[in-house]
Amino acid sequence: MRTLKSASLILEDGTIFRGKSFGYDKSVAGEVVFNTAMTGYPESLTDPSYKGQLLVFTYPIIGNYGVPANKLVDNLSLYYESENIHVNAVIISDYSFEYSHWNADKTLAQWLQEEKITGIFDIDTRALTKHLREKGAMSGKIVIEGCEDVEIVDHNSRNLVAEASCKEVMEYGAGNKRVVMVDCGVKHNIVRCLLERNVSVVRVPWDYDYSHINYDGLFITNGPGNPDLCEPTVENIRKTIADNSKPIFGICMGNHLLAKAAGAKTYKLKYGHRGHNQPVREVGTNRCYITTQNHGFAVDEATLGSDWAPLYVNMNDNTNEGIRHKSRPYLSAQFHPEASSGPTDAEVLFDDFVKLL
Amino acid sequence: MAQEIRKFKKVLLLGSGALKIGEAGEFDYSGSQALKAMKEEGIATVLINPNIATVQTSEGVADKIYFLPVTPYFVERVIEKERPDGILLAFGGQTALNCGVSLYESGVLAKYDIQVLGTPVQAIMDTEDRELFVKKLDEIDVKTIKSVAVNSVEDAHKAAQELGYPVIIRAAYALGGLGSGFCDNEEQLRVLGEKALSFSPQILVEKSLKGWKEIEYEVVRDRYDNCITVCNMENFDPLGIHTGESIVVAPTQTLTNSECQKLRELAIRIVRHVGIVGECNVQFAFDTDSEDYRVIEVNARLSRSSALASKATGYPLAFVAAKIGLGYGLAELKNSVTKTTPAFFEPAIDYIVCKIPRWDLGKFQGVDRELGSSMKSVGEVMAIGRTFEEAIQKGLRMIGQGMHGFVENKELVIPDIDKALNAPTDKRIFVISKAFRQGYTVDQIHQLTKIDRWFLQRLYNIIETAEEIETYSNIADVPAELLHHAKKQGFSDFQIARACLKENMVNVDEALIEVRNRRKALGIVPVVKQIDTLAAEYPAQTNYLYLTYNGVENDVDYQGDKRSVIVLGSGAYRIGSSVEFDWCSVNALTTVRKEGWRSVMINYNPETVSTDYDMCDRLYFDELTFERVMDIIELENPHGVILSVGGQIPNNLATRLDAQKVNILGTSAYDIDHAEDRHKFSSMLDELGIDQPRWRELTSLDDIYDFVDEVGYPVLVRPSYVLSGAAMNVCSNNSELEMFLKLAANVSKQHPVVVSEFIQNAKEIEMDAVARDGEVLLYAISEHIEFAGVHSGDATIQFPPQKLYVETMRRIKKVAGQIAKALHISGPFNIQFLAKNNDIKVIECNLRASRSFPFVSKVLKINFIELATRVMMGLPVEKPAKNEFDLDYVGIKASQFSFSRLQKADPVLGVDMASTGEVGCIGDDTSEAVLKSMLSVGYRVPEKNILLSTGGAKQKAALLDAARTLHEKGYNLYATGGSHQFLNDNGIPAVKVYWPSEGDKEPQALQMLHDKQIDLVVNIPKNLTATELSNGYKIRRAAIDFNIPLITNARLADAFIHAFCSMSVDEIQIKSWDEYK
Repeated sequence: MRTLKSASLILEDGTIFRGKSFGYDKSVAGEVVFNTAMTGYPESLTDPSYKGQLLVFTYPIIGNYGVPANKLVDNLSLYYESENIHVNAVIISDYSFEYSHWNADKTLAQWLQEEKITGIFDIDTRALTKHLREKGAMSGKIVIEGCEDVEIVDHNSRNLVAEASCKEVMEYGAGNKRVVMVDCGVKHNIVRCLLERNVSVVRVPWDYDYSHINYDGLFITNGPGNPDLCEPTVENIRKTIADNSKPIFGICMGNHLLAKAAGAKTYKLKYGHRGHNQPVREVGTNRCYITTQNHGFAVDEATLGSDWAPLYVNMNDNTNEGIRHKSRPYLSAQFHPEASSGPTDAEVLFDDFVKLL
Repeated sequence: MAQEIRKFKKVLLLGSGALKIGEAGEFDYSGSQALKAMKEEGIATVLINPNIATVQTSEGVADKIYFLPVTPYFVERVIEKERPDGILLAFGGQTALNCGVSLYESGVLAKYDIQVLGTPVQAIMDTEDRELFVKKLDEIDVKTIKSVAVNSVEDAHKAAQELGYPVIIRAAYALGGLGSGFCDNEEQLRVLGEKALSFSPQILVEKSLKGWKEIEYEVVRDRYDNCITVCNMENFDPLGIHTGESIVVAPTQTLTNSECQKLRELAIRIVRHVGIVGECNVQFAFDTDSEDYRVIEVNARLSRSSALASKATGYPLAFVAAKIGLGYGLAELKNSVTKTTPAFFEPAIDYIVCKIPRWDLGKFQGVDRELGSSMKSVGEVMAIGRTFEEAIQKGLRMIGQGMHGFVENKELVIPDIDKALNAPTDKRIFVISKAFRQGYTVDQIHQLTKIDRWFLQRLYNIIETAEEIETYSNIADVPAELLHHAKKQGFSDFQIARACLKENMVNVDEALIEVRNRRKALGIVPVVKQIDTLAAEYPAQTNYLYLTYNGVENDVDYQGDKRSVIVLGSGAYRIGSSVEFDWCSVNALTTVRKEGWRSVMINYNPETVSTDYDMCDRLYFDELTFERVMDIIELENPHGVILSVGGQIPNNLATRLDAQKVNILGTSAYDIDHAEDRHKFSSMLDELGIDQPRWRELTSLDDIYDFVDEVGYPVLVRPSYVLSGAAMNVCSNNSELEMFLKLAANVSKQHPVVVSEFIQNAKEIEMDAVARDGEVLLYAISEHIEFAGVHSGDATIQFPPQKLYVETMRRIKKVAGQIAKALHISGPFNIQFLAKNNDIKVIECNLRASRSFPFVSKVLKINFIELATRVMMGLPVEKPAKNEFDLDYVGIKASQFSFSRLQKADPVLGVDMASTGEVGCIGDDTSEAVLKSMLSVGYRVPEKNILLSTGGAKQKAALLDAARTLHEKGYNLYATGGSHQFLNDNGIPAVKVYWPSEGDKEPQALQMLHDKQIDLVVNIPKNLTATELSNGYKIRRAAIDFNIPLITNARLADAFIHAFCSMSVDEIQIKSWDEYK
């Protein structure tokens, strides 16, 4: 048996789960959320939308295929969804100390240690998930044996988008069309999906005034945290809508922000949607998608302006999964058509957007 | 959508017939689900399935049930009579699919205007015909294993030279890889090619991808073109071992997200392009060093894998597929577990399942034990855990071959570990264990086995834990943390006890209890988790449960109201215990539920209906070991436990559960022990004055000879410790006895041998019955067609008996009554008798339901299990007024053998059971019932040529009548030496053919078989030992390998010959079960 430091996960309601540390030995706090995907931990950990969160994997055995090397090609990561890990900690049941994969470079533990990210295992992740499902997402902290304790903090007031967004304008590709991408914490696969379709991307910070740029379409990305804290972005989108009718496409946070620009309100879901198996229907059709999702907030459809309509609906709980403008080429998806990780069924939405450009 | 959706009124479902290797209980489960789906829609259903022991052929599941062969001829005749407007082809395995394709091609479906529900036949043919399939996938840039379809061995060799050896060859349109295999060279190719061609006119030669990973996806598509993949699965064994022979885990463990999504996308692309409507299985070969892949095959029907995927995820694939066949979209159907979310979703699993095949190769003389591309396993188990170690160790116990997990087993003797790792047999996983113990590294084992290092590393973790426990010699000294760690890795209390105590473990039961008590004192107990399809994301009132040590909290609130009744299931299907016990379990559960009690099932066989979570109030998909059953009993705190409907596994727990004060419903453990213990039972019979064959338990050869002097040869020898081969044998003389004891068994004080007198030419009679407080309430007496000496599980059984003396019947009733009284039986029981003249002797008595309970229940139309369950629960019962003497028809239960899959096995019947399944058919008289049932297990009425080699003088005489009838009917008889002489002497013309040992003379029996000049082979072995002379073996084996019907028993041959000579196939009546009144 390995000798490992013991670790405790302490939730804000006082519930304690005890496990062992396998990552970087550092106590840490954050919002505790769960993801039901069965693969894709390197992608999830580097997904900026998880920024600041303590991520629980409901699939119990994690680390099996190790972690691929962090290779950047033309400013895009080859295997990750951003340059580094964004979660504050990983919480799992059974950690694979040994991995086996041709493409792996290191163990998950080595990676966490390199990036100074906490990781604990031997946790009843199912019991924890049920607790979060019943009580709702909540803050918590992980305390590692022999490490300094930390305070539980509420991350809802923190502007995580600002933290996750790029700090300066970056350009990718030399395609036929040009898209301005408002980076709220973009996953690299969104950029890849556009580049593959012969579209060049101008990635700008979340609050950047892009009105002077010459572009064919506007893209608003995914990102972490509370959409209410992104008022500057919403304001920019409003201005754009008033100025011109160039196509707009939003994903995840992009859906929230487009909806807010359309006058709608967002609200926090009890425990969010995070996983690879969320069923979504295109409203008014029989077209259904299995989608990847990662969001804690949703658009309140009832508050949408009269020019707007719901585009997609979640078939499990009927929450909004996207909106469209009734006469202009504006559309957005709450789910992740770029997948990575997760099923690629909805990638066709990129084709639809590019056709509009 | 091209296909217009019809409002169906009456739908015909084709079953899969008898259980056989490659086609087993999974189709009872799929068919039952489909019938349920139809019923829910108010659609009338007609079922054709001769497998009388299944749940789907029970009252109320289908509206009309025909116990008839699933062949185009009979299906057409049922169609002609029933006039259904729809047909379901996807729920009865390859048998139903092939039959359906044939009916489509011959225009029968069009003639009667029958629409195929779900996937159109053209799509099925596109996936079944290799050439069409490759072309179809080429159209969408999906890579297949390029194979060359050929029609001769010569062309096969040419193709192989072009592709380069090694190659794999397959027979087209064959189930479970029948007639397929790897060839490293021309010589191997010629042998296999010829055999494959005997099964199919077309064979396929392809490049071997040995060593690649094998991955499967289960895909569902509806008519709106919406698709989901319900589950993906990874084979532990690399490509080269048939997926039915491989350990399989779900979900995949060693694939990255990008790899999973790539294969998922391909699977969906294929399913869309082929045009599946319903369920489909896609198998991939996947490179271990890149994302390169090949599609191996696509099964456009429910399969063994889909049954496994259903059980692994809780997603009822067959049910959903049936609804989709009716025109529903996935989004219009509900998730059966949550009941609120739609069926359009992909299950998120928060556990790992591990499927392990169960082999029974030890039952077959001469069989090739090496695993390969053709399936040989007879059953499987599914284990659920939250670590791989936990799941696989559970699974290795579940297969029920005396193993306790990955470690702490009986030491295996393996002369050459390298070879055993490289050329895997059914023992391969235990060879890995041994290799680790001898210092092999993960890498070394990987090199030899090509099993992914991840799995091997996980197995090595178990070794490390075992070695750590082994440093202690007292259970009390093992640290709590280590104990808990071991339990999280699936160690049983037994393994922990043995690791500590080693050879000092004298009293096993005590040691187990010591471990149990210690860990309970330390708070180390398992928790109950639900399978809810959504990884706890949505609340689910699911009753589908498993136990794990990797958790801190139960998902279930236990009321402790004592309203639970636990029914113990039958475990893995194996030779001797199969779907019949599933039927019994399901009926017990149904009765418990109907009476307002909470029905609780424990079982772990994914091929069963009893593990369908709809069948009971709580399903524990878990082990049937004493330890686990006690864990569940302590949680459930039940009213009582029923252990008499699941065969021998639960029955064996009686004494130990009783010692823990568990309330065993029905006959007491004390009385069960008196029936099970040979000595106690025997002295009870003596006291009652009931006769039994003389027997003795002996510890030396001299004692055996003394006993033989007393009773005379032949004798039946049952060793308590078997070295190799069959566990039982009949010996006819000193040399046979010595050979058997020397080669197969050890005789010593520790390992006594039971020797019994073997009575020749005696009838064997069975009595299935239900008693209450020692009084027999209901019984069924049936007779074997074969004389005693053929295992009762292989025998052809007739009920009600047609040729028993009334006197014999009366005596049997009386003896059974005495035994029931003496053992205070309350519940089901079975007694086997020998009868010669009017003397009867008791062979054995089981105080549980027997294999023939569903058969007699359905023929008599009184549910024996329902009555037995009511008795066991102390509910009022009435003695049924009807008995077997009232029946105006006859039931015949015939056995299905799977010798064609068991390469080199001698297809001969003996005292050890060899059949893998059975059918039961009803006819107005014996001949009709025999003919129906023999046709149902794959026999064909011969066209003109019959080969006879009819054994010893007695058997020759016994078949004289039949031979004369054949001659009179115009059949051409061919006979080997002695048989030819005998026929001639009796004035029956026959052509003499020569044995293989007379190789230079013509005509050669083997050559005639090879040239398919023979339509039926009757080959009766001369003596009763399994090691027959090689001549007979060669003829029998050739008959099997060239797919020519073979009968090896004189009495059965006589019955079959008289049946097909007295009536023709078109005289067989097409009557549904309910028409026999």
